[in-house]
Amino acid sequence: MSLNSKLNNFVVRFANVNGTGSASANHMFAKAIFRMGIPVTPKNIFPSNIQGLPTWYDVRISEKGYLGRKEGIDMMVCMNPQSMLQDIKSVSVGGYFMYDSTKVLHADFIREDIHYIGIPFTEICNKEYTDPRQRQLFKNIIYVGALSTLLNIEFGVLEGLVQDQFKGKEKLIAPNINALQLGVDYVMQNFKYPLDLQVERRDLLKDKILINGNTAAGIGAVYAGATVASWYPITPSTSLVEAYEKYAEKLRIDANGKRNFAVVQAEDELSALGMAIGANWNGARSFTATSGPGLSLMNEFLGLAYFSELPVVLVDVQRSGPSTGMPTRTQQSDLLLAAYASHGDTKHILLLPATPAECFEMMLDAFDLADQLQTPVMVLSDLDLGMNDYISSPLVFPEDRKYQKGKVLTAEDLQGMTKFGRYLDTDDDGIPYRTIPATHPTKGSFFTRGSSHDEYAVYTEDSPTYVRIVDRLTKKFETAKSMVPAPRFYSSENKSKYAMVFFGTSTYAAEEAMDILREQGLEIDALQIKAFPFSSSVNDFIEAHDQVFVIEQNRDAQMRSLLVNELEIDPKKLKKVLNYDGTPITANFIATTILSALGVQPVLKEGVVI
Amino acid sequence: MSYTRPKFAHPALPKNKLGYTRKEYEGSLTTLCAGCGHDSIGAAIVEACWEMNIEPHKVAKLSGIGCSSKTPAYFLSNSHGFNSVHGRMPSVATGANLANKELIYLGVSGDGDTASIGMGQFVHVIRRNLNMTYIVMNNGCYGLTKGQDSATADVGSKNKQGNINMFEGIDLCALALELGATFVAQSFSGDKAQLVPLIQAAMSHPGFALINVLSPCVTFNNNVGSTKSYDYVREHVHATATLDYVPPMEEITTAYDQDETKLVKMHDGSWLQLHKLSQAWNPEDKVSTMNALQEAHKKNKILTGLLYVDESSKDLHELLETSDTPLNLLPQSALCPGQEKLDAINAKFR
Repeated sequence: MSLNSKLNNFVVRFANVNGTGSASANHMFAKAIFRMGIPVTPKNIFPSNIQGLPTWYDVRISEKGYLGRKEGIDMMVCMNPQSMLQDIKSVSVGGYFMYDSTKVLHADFIREDIHYIGIPFTEICNKEYTDPRQRQLFKNIIYVGALSTLLNIEFGVLEGLVQDQFKGKEKLIAPNINALQLGVDYVMQNFKYPLDLQVERRDLLKDKILINGNTAAGIGAVYAGATVASWYPITPSTSLVEAYEKYAEKLRIDANGKRNFAVVQAEDELSALGMAIGANWNGARSFTATSGPGLSLMNEFLGLAYFSELPVVLVDVQRSGPSTGMPTRTQQSDLLLAAYASHGDTKHILLLPATPAECFEMMLDAFDLADQLQTPVMVLSDLDLGMNDYISSPLVFPEDRKYQKGKVLTAEDLQGMTKFGRYLDTDDDGIPYRTIPATHPTKGSFFTRGSSHDEYAVYTEDSPTYVRIVDRLTKKFETAKSMVPAPRFYSSENKSKYAMVFFGTSTYAAEEAMDILREQGLEIDALQIKAFPFSSSVNDFIEAHDQVFVIEQNRDAQMRSLLVNELEIDPKKLKKVLNYDGTPITANFIATTILSALGVQPVLKEGVVI
Repeated sequence: MSYTRPKFAHPALPKNKLGYTRKEYEGSLTTLCAGCGHDSIGAAIVEACWEMNIEPHKVAKLSGIGCSSKTPAYFLSNSHGFNSVHGRMPSVATGANLANKELIYLGVSGDGDTASIGMGQFVHVIRRNLNMTYIVMNNGCYGLTKGQDSATADVGSKNKQGNINMFEGIDLCALALELGATFVAQSFSGDKAQLVPLIQAAMSHPGFALINVLSPCVTFNNNVGSTKSYDYVREHVHATATLDYVPPMEEITTAYDQDETKLVKMHDGSWLQLHKLSQAWNPEDKVSTMNALQEAHKKNKILTGLLYVDESSKDLHELLETSDTPLNLLPQSALCPGQEKLDAINAKFR
């Protein structure tokens, strides 16, 4: 390994105890690297617990801009005796292990092939602070200070972050900077620095931001004009509605000090979606956010909204299922449930964001599409995207963008009508016209129902009428194919007989895998699917290749099933690349799986771990 | 099937202040069994809205699933209706109400829809004091599935098959009181004179108003031994007072002895006159109402009339401090903060 291979290219893992205040210190570390213009991806690996259990925070630093998870820990900052043995084992050969050396490490904890950096954090804190809470909190800041010297992080950047963090609580600035300095001083007096793992300022990020998907989606809902948010708390979607509320409170207060929005915490997910549907029925843009267990409960209402043709937006921040599963681990395993949610014949619109910027944009799209198509639109994010910070393009709301409210009749429209038919396919696109309650005193009223109805919303059990209505819903779904976000192609023309398709957070690792494969001499075409139903270009892309690897984070190859089912593709053509252990998929895993499927022996290059 | 009524209206039919006859407040022809109590309640709703000069399109009718929940098709055909899913009307009503605070929300439900599958939503819509009228058409049985006992069937009541109900019945009024409902009334589908002013009062009430209406099922629960049959209810009903609804701006004229009359001022300026009110009974005092309900229960009496009212409470919109303009009328300019604000947000994430 050459010295420079680790410059701006390594992984640091922090091992902490849940509830000890480490999160903000770890975030400060990641943000400092971001502010030095270097691509960085932090990931919180946390238990379903409030206090006491082990929690980890991985920070990948990548000059090349790879934002997916990477195996191997180059530097472990172990602040948790409980997980120490496991933590020591997980350090890569030649890596570093930072620990609290107030107590001497037992011989069992010593590996010959890694470097130990012992800093007596407890001793330093006990000497410096008397308050037990301060001792705990500042220990976190001290290790950030120590790391900054070891890894060559600019101290001024850290000072700036402390100043930003405590804006309004200025008296906390000096003690925090002092704590950083304690770490710096100890390293300077006791170690050679910087290490071969180190960072160096770059200008790779330009106008990029560091934000998590839930926050971006919450802001997106504000910008999309959502006025009613109803929800039931569930990890990992909770922070999405909290973000909506936080930004609405800043941006949606009217001249009288009143709120141009309403947030209601419902009694369960059934109610949460019921409220969102009720509000949309009455002409207000409304949404809910949930995760897998909530989506299971919402099936009933999704069927109602589908059949009675009501717009509603639902964000599913997926986690590991089934049942309660692993509530704090990621997966892309709600795809099939979401696509066909509810009994009877149903199909739903799905949007599949991969980045925070896409979370924002797809919220704007979701509300437009829901209104235009008069049907539920689900945005399928996941825990990894929702709760972890990602480097992202800034959020943009184009100045000329207008809310698309779809086919809603006004009082004037109704006045000129002899008879209003709620479910008439006047425009031959499968999308009927709707009315909002109280639009006109004597025209446009109808009875919304989940029972079978004719074109005038009157209850019917007449078979031909029923068939006409459900066939029109199929037609509407066809119309949707050209309206949903188009897939992303990675080159203007195909270069290979092999291809890979992926969606959501698998995109990061897949993009990196493309580079690894190219270095291995394998050129492969790629497509990021952004929505369901699939546009014809998805079909054309798959048709144009001999073999297509479908990369996803679930056990049962759900996207592959959707592609086979909806596009009638020969299943043999679609190869599964599946990661479903609850951790985000990695580029090395994808590359290895594809190479082994093709019978290619990987050629190991320096710095490429296969 | 829904059948429409003939459009013809006799020119001499009386008109209300809006110039509408009762016809403008009717719906399609009922498909319920002849003699169903629910149709009487529907007729009372028509009468109440016509008398109050409510613009029909300013009412939103919402229901769940069941015989009761079908009824919104049979009244107020100029109002939008929403026949949602079983037991979930309260959540749909909550969302609808949040979207537009200016409409009158009329929820219609049954005892199965409310006290069993919908119990969770019923409980929570009360807690939130949603401004709506919630009418339970309570017949103690599941009509559409042929007469199974519901959760409001009284213990010991006999159904048509001759089975005795083993389980304690849920008293929706007592439950609503316990949960903080701000308007609780009980009535009998056969007592239109009481039902109409109760519906009017409920619609005037600026918060959650429950009217539990005993509404016998003529087909499956009108047998001897049932405590929800017409005969049983008639024999055991005990009106707490006679009730008049006096709209805002109208003078209160009373033929009754002032000492026997209690006036309740409603939030919108209307009044309720309660005549010949039972002794030791104060419908503005929750404890007295609770006691009266328990006493009546002990004596197998069914108390009807206005049981409890609190006109001072805040409804969900007040609690959430929503804008005066209904949320569904806010234009993009009021909702979308624009790129400049977004640039400032972006800057915070650098």
